[in-house]
Amino acid sequence: MSLRAPLARALHHGSAHDGVGHWLVQRVTAAALAPLAIWLLVGLLSLPSSDYATVTRWIGAGAHPVLLALTLLIASWHAWLGIQVVIEDYVHGFVAKTVALLASLFVHVLLAAAGVYAVLHIALAGGVAAGGT
Amino acid sequence: MAERPLSPHITVYRWAYTMTLSILHRVTGVALAVALIGLVAWLVAASMGADSYAALLPLLTGVPGKLAIALAVAALIYHFCNGLRHLAWDLGAGFERADARRSAVLVVAATLIGAVLCLYFIFRGAGAA
Repeated sequence: MSLRAPLARALHHGSAHDGVGHWLVQRVTAAALAPLAIWLLVGLLSLPSSDYATVTRWIGAGAHPVLLALTLLIASWHAWLGIQVVIEDYVHGFVAKTVALLASLFVHVLLAAAGVYAVLHIALAGGVAAGGT
Repeated sequence: MAERPLSPHITVYRWAYTMTLSILHRVTGVALAVALIGLVAWLVAASMGADSYAALLPLLTGVPGKLAIALAVAALIYHFCNGLRHLAWDLGAGFERADARRSAVLVVAATLIGAVLCLYFIFRGAGAA
């Protein structure tokens, strides 16, 4: 039961009741990203070379495509939540804030989709080439 | 919205170095969101074939590119270490002022050591990443 008057709710006063969910997802994605970030950093820094063959072989090797896709998805999610808070804090005015929040959402979804597609493309093309030869 | 009550703003508090770490967590977080764009651009270029990748590569292996990568790596290590500090707080640990200040020093030290190690790998002759 809510103690708030219906008018207060209609005027959007008080809590929106999705703060805890946002807070929790930000933490869960952070915990998930911690091992993935270490894996990615160590993996990239220990590449013997940054040429095309080395890089695509590394991206497609073993479980790397899965881990990379997970990293991209969770990092995009985590970044979207973080940027959202920054926009809410520093961008003032309803229109500017709404536009910034929507733009951030679109960019993060685009990053996740493009990144995962690129990884799958490299991994599957490598698999086809390896299977064909 | 303007007439809603506001909590005391940051300027009313005496500065403590833990506040610098707090704002740096935001700054590095935003920087890492930008770095994510770079990572995805790198992957997309690689997925488009050897020619596209070769076109992008000079941007990454030049001095400005390596500097950007170095900054992103340093930001990642800081955000990672300070993020663990935040997760510990969320579990109720290390919230006392002395503990928070000690963990702040630890985060800065770990970032410096980690960043120097990674910079070595980024800028060494063959130059990975």
